[in-house]
Amino acid sequence: MTMRRLINLKRVEARRIYLTYFIVILAYVICQTMSSTKILSSTMRGMLVPICAYMVMSISLNLVVGISGELSLGHAGFMSVGAFSGVAAAILMQGFIPFAPVRLALAMIIAAIFAAAAGFLIGIPVLRLKGDYLAIVTLAFGEIIKSILNNFYLGVDSGGLQFSMLSDTTRLLAGGKLIIRGPMGISGIQKIATFPAGFILVMISLMIVFNLVNSRSGRAFMAIRDDRIAAESIGLDITKYKMTAFVMSAAMAGAAGALFAMNYSTIVANKFDFNTSILILVFVVLGGQGNMLGGIIAAAALTILPEKLRQFSDYRMLLYAIILIITMLGTNNQEIRNFFAGLNPFRRKEHEEEAA
Amino acid sequence: MKSKTKYIQVPSKSILPDRDIAREPVLECINLGITLGGIKAVDNFNLTIGRTEIAGLIGPNGAGKTTVFNLLTKVYQPTTGTILLNGKDTHGMTTTQINKAGIARTFQNIRLFKNLSVVDNVKAAMNNEMRYNMLSAILRLPNYRREEVAAHRRALKLLSIFDMQDMADVRAGSLPYGAQRRLEIVRALATNPSLLLLDEPAAGMNPSETADLMDNIRKVHEMFQIAIVLIEHDMSLVMNICEGICVLNFGQIIAKGTPEEIQANPAVIEAYLGRRKEA
Repeated sequence: MTMRRLINLKRVEARRIYLTYFIVILAYVICQTMSSTKILSSTMRGMLVPICAYMVMSISLNLVVGISGELSLGHAGFMSVGAFSGVAAAILMQGFIPFAPVRLALAMIIAAIFAAAAGFLIGIPVLRLKGDYLAIVTLAFGEIIKSILNNFYLGVDSGGLQFSMLSDTTRLLAGGKLIIRGPMGISGIQKIATFPAGFILVMISLMIVFNLVNSRSGRAFMAIRDDRIAAESIGLDITKYKMTAFVMSAAMAGAAGALFAMNYSTIVANKFDFNTSILILVFVVLGGQGNMLGGIIAAAALTILPEKLRQFSDYRMLLYAIILIITMLGTNNQEIRNFFAGLNPFRRKEHEEEAA
Repeated sequence: MKSKTKYIQVPSKSILPDRDIAREPVLECINLGITLGGIKAVDNFNLTIGRTEIAGLIGPNGAGKTTVFNLLTKVYQPTTGTILLNGKDTHGMTTTQINKAGIARTFQNIRLFKNLSVVDNVKAAMNNEMRYNMLSAILRLPNYRREEVAAHRRALKLLSIFDMQDMADVRAGSLPYGAQRRLEIVRALATNPSLLLLDEPAAGMNPSETADLMDNIRKVHEMFQIAIVLIEHDMSLVMNICEGICVLNFGQIIAKGTPEEIQANPAVIEAYLGRRKEA
């Protein structure tokens, strides 16, 4: 029997993990030097933090879609929960934590906690569903979060925090300040998000996901994804692990949202709509489900692309769509894949093993 | 023969020393039944499995054998009757809880975690005996390393029973068919069951593979001293390793006994071959 050489999965995966860390660090070093030596244009410099935030979103959604196999269409909702809670926290902390990086870190942690809480609450009804139904309901919850934040008013005065829904009835005392103004969102945000902070967040997210995948929880996520009935038969708590993955993912999305928001002076809930959710899903699908590196590269490429296509003005989104379609077709074409695999000296051997 | 408590008196081909397997049974089914779509798929099913017994569940296609396994593992909740596992009522338990209580199974149509490596399939089944939390995993704390190393060692040891330790890092879905069936048994064993249910373990195997499988089942039985119930169509396997056999037809038990008794039972012959035409 011409026995097909079986691929050593452990070796392939370990190599992929180190390659991912290496490429992220390399990209950071290059961008940082280019940015400090002013080679990078100012528009590109302004995009570094959003790119980092989208990378974290891509990693976070990949945990749900790629690793635990549930399609979530409302991920921008968690990003907005994180953005609003993180920015509000940062504004409240302005008085007593003058050092911006510490304030940013604390704001991201608070954002992650709020988004995780939202993920938990939404997870209770949503994770009872499967497949398409789950996707539709997460979409609905994404919209619900957007509507709530569009109608949410939060102010602070000497009496503490005041909030109201639908219209501003907070009745702040003199000297009080309205932080979240419903559809107007938050304005006057101090831009404390920096590229190094974004880089650190990407690295932490990668570490969380990679280390989780190689642990009992990660194996449980993937086991449930591959075969739910068999997973039950070996005593895995399906609900517990689905919830864990969903909440972890929401927490990371929240931190990314806070980072994203603190790169702008104004933030509104409408920024985190269905289109943003789909954009994040496109990162994951384009990069390959479960493939963190692919998702990161897709996030960077698809954030830069619309800017680079600006010169084509009216045809910008048309070209964007065409490039997306060609890339999707290309990455799924076996011949094109073989061609690229042949170029890579590390993968060539493994590729030949597979073909033999 | 009174089938209520004693079902097998004499261990026939056991490799374990003589023992009274009728004492302290691991599993007792009392008047078990389920109605699926208006049909009594299993009805009035009474069976007792001894603590270290190897029993066979046979019958023609559609007799309800796999349904019995699904009832035991609570994939279906029985409409009537009681299942006692180690003397405790399993009423209202979920599949997950049943596994924690001690029943592990394999599936007729193989259900592996295809995208995980072979060793990870086994380690996934050890999830409930590992104690470290997610924080230890994310920060790679010492207890994570210690437990992972121990689990990996035990997984390799279990795989080596079936001679699969060399395939540990291969993707489970790319294994040859026979190896996939064996991996399912290893995965079930990794949950430390007191009762192992094998659903057609020899399906699709050639005679020499079946002979190996038979040796392996005996080895597992001897090493872990657990009860094993198997559904099988390969009569050479059933007659060779089972100490007791239960024959199902149309959801009803038509015979119980030792392999010799079953082979001579006219009702069984009729179920498999049909009634002799009266001249």
